[in-house]
Amino acid sequence: MSSVTEVGPIPAQTTSAGAPKRKRARPGSVLLGVLAWIIGIVFIVPALWMVLTSFHSEADAATNPPSVFAPLTLQGYREFFGASSGASPWPSLANSLSAAVLSTIVVLLLAIPAAYALSIKRIRRWTDVLFFFLSTKFLPVVAGLLPVYLILQFTGLLDNIWVLGLLYTAMNLPIAVWMMRSFLAEVPVEMLEAAAMDGAGLVLTLRKVVAPVVAPGIAATSLIVFIFSWNELLFARVLTSTVAQTSPVFLTGFVTSQGLFLAKVCAAAFAVSLPVLIAGFAAQDKLVQGLSLGAVK
Amino acid sequence: MSVAVEADRTRGGPPSQQPGTVLRRTGDWARRGPLLPALIFTIIVTQIPFVITLIISFMDWNAYYPDERGFAGLSNYRRVFTDANMRSALVVTVVMTVTVVLVSLAIGLGVALLLDRKFRGRGIVRTMMIAPFLIVPVAAALVWKHAIYNPVYGLLNGAITWIWSLFGSDNPPQPDWITAAPLPAVEATIVWQWTPFMMLILLAGLQSRPLDVIEAASIDGASSWQVFRYMTFPHLRQYLELAALLGAIYIVQEFDHVFVITSGGLGTANLPYAIYQTFYTAHDYGRASAMGVVTVILTIIIATFALRVVSSLFREEAGR
Repeated sequence: MSSVTEVGPIPAQTTSAGAPKRKRARPGSVLLGVLAWIIGIVFIVPALWMVLTSFHSEADAATNPPSVFAPLTLQGYREFFGASSGASPWPSLANSLSAAVLSTIVVLLLAIPAAYALSIKRIRRWTDVLFFFLSTKFLPVVAGLLPVYLILQFTGLLDNIWVLGLLYTAMNLPIAVWMMRSFLAEVPVEMLEAAAMDGAGLVLTLRKVVAPVVAPGIAATSLIVFIFSWNELLFARVLTSTVAQTSPVFLTGFVTSQGLFLAKVCAAAFAVSLPVLIAGFAAQDKLVQGLSLGAVK
Repeated sequence: MSVAVEADRTRGGPPSQQPGTVLRRTGDWARRGPLLPALIFTIIVTQIPFVITLIISFMDWNAYYPDERGFAGLSNYRRVFTDANMRSALVVTVVMTVTVVLVSLAIGLGVALLLDRKFRGRGIVRTMMIAPFLIVPVAAALVWKHAIYNPVYGLLNGAITWIWSLFGSDNPPQPDWITAAPLPAVEATIVWQWTPFMMLILLAGLQSRPLDVIEAASIDGASSWQVFRYMTFPHLRQYLELAALLGAIYIVQEFDHVFVITSGGLGTANLPYAIYQTFYTAHDYGRASAMGVVTVILTIIIATFALRVVSSLFREEAGR
């Protein structure tokens, strides 16, 4: 036994000694690390300030210079949830969730088969189709807003959260098709053929060959579609009013110019951003894949 | 709307069969089947509204004067091109997009290069850098407007007061940021939110570099500047283009920050905001549509160049 344990480390030691030894922590390198920390802190401070202020009383939130160490309170959140105004944010949060979930599901249902036809069993002129999808993303959505408004007004579908969810589907579908295509393109076609020849059933092929490659792609796509749908303001503001109001619209109507409102606003901003923050931090790598349309893996 | 790109047929398309056989036609449709729902949905929801916009742009149509609806010829377009607000919105859109893309790309590149090195707490700095992207744009704009830029109790002026007091001054400058520099104030907020996006794509690009080649170069005595100039940068170029292009797609359509921070006032109204205002506040449907059509035409011109960038990247991938 002892010979085995002794043999292991010996080659490792020689290689580490033989390799060009990196100089440890040169002063320049330390400075660059410090610089990275400084920039990181500059970027996080507004977000931290939002969180900190949201837990301060309105009086402490509105001091100059800022009272960083003021006592913490949940008053801002109580106000956000309608303690004195009586206006609950829950309906708008539920609406945002409905629109985001609906559009995520429909996007996946449409994008996955489309991506299949653009990657695995390719149609002819598939690149043209792919670029058609991307080109629709270049069109400023605001230019289509008026006709959509008029059509929904005519059909009595204004202020309907499911219709809004379907419009978000159209906004996000091009990105989703691009992303899913780039993931499906990674599916080893030879293995699909081999599986078919060996008589593997569809379920087995999907589970063993397709799923490991595609599951991360579906996760990345869902994350991006959910975030963009949750954040959208312009269409929601124009096409919804009281019933289907989403949380970004709720936020824009939240600031009243009466009295102090800073803690309340920060609490609202943080609460509405929380689902995106949780989803984004939980899936940081998916975020990169998603944002680059699957070009970066 | 689609930009023609020469299809690569290395994998798709049946190899030269007799054209027009029944077998092949059914095969084609079986292949197209899965694509059709997405394609039809996209065409209906994105293309039909634009056709309607085009029609309305030639009409006199103001919801305030419903009796005067009728054919207007080119008068809406004449008004759009002679309107000072429209020209200003066009300039603001270009300035805002170029500024935000370039600044966030430059900061993003710097941070990506820093994060590509090993140092204590690298993961924490990365997480800190991502946070701004994960805040709902409306929420971020509200926080910047009220908790940061506010001249009386905002964080910026609060910090100035604090720093000045360290040096014994009780008369610190307290600028009203949004009034003094409205467009930069809006742009800074957007830069704050989009730098993480640029950084993430560039960092992923940096980490996909072939490290053995770079190591070989530094052993051969290449300076770090030479490695960056001749190896890292050429490799990174396509990621820079991708990040700039995707960022530009979103920032051209920027609405939320302008809406919340300045409501389009103080010369910050960009095209999306100007169109929104003409349609939603002024109810001038004809003119709003003409503005929309002009915007779409400008976008198509820019997008044609941009898509060429993507398709060159894409051809590389298809050729792999």
